[in-house]
Amino acid sequence: MLNLVFILIFLSIVFGAYRFIKGPSSSDRVVALDTLTTIVSVALVVGSLFFKNYILLDISFVFAALSFTSVIVIARYLEGGKS
Amino acid sequence: MILLSFIGYVLIILGSIFLLLGSLGIVRMPDLYNRIQAGTKATTLGALSAIIGVGLVEPSWFFKTLIIAVFIVLTNPIGSHSIARSSYKRGLKPVITSEIDEYDEENLTDERSDSA
Repeated sequence: MLNLVFILIFLSIVFGAYRFIKGPSSSDRVVALDTLTTIVSVALVVGSLFFKNYILLDISFVFAALSFTSVIVIARYLEGGKS
Repeated sequence: MILLSFIGYVLIILGSIFLLLGSLGIVRMPDLYNRIQAGTKATTLGALSAIIGVGLVEPSWFFKTLIIAVFIVLTNPIGSHSIARSSYKRGLKPVITSEIDEYDEENLTDERSDSA
């Protein structure tokens, strides 16, 4: 049952990585990065169910927090100007 | 308990389908702002559904999965808003241009001076 879920998550990671590599502007790459980190966070949660290992839930929470911080920082950097 | 596990697996599969649709929208949409819509809304719904589904399959993990789901729902719109604001200030224009642009500050001041 969970193999189908992992196949779907792998396909969505492939599509997101296509936009992350090809994206015309750097804002497209930031959008692709935001989507990819959310998908990987869900993949960690489903992996904790697959391996019966609850420590992946903590890893997923820390990963979500760090990805949110990185997206905010990169967006504020791309905005430019004086602060 | 079997019914709860069944509902959980259905939610996980629905969430992964929404993740796939959101990621497909990133590839197919013509514009940056459309890509933000597709890549954030559908991904937030898919992540919420899949994480709550994992919490329903394993009921002892439900509180921790609820914390992760609430965190993703709270922080994902803030990130998409920040990306849209920064790309607008960098000068990226949408493909379909509308006549009214309420975020444009110069037009807003012009309308105020005309009406006054």
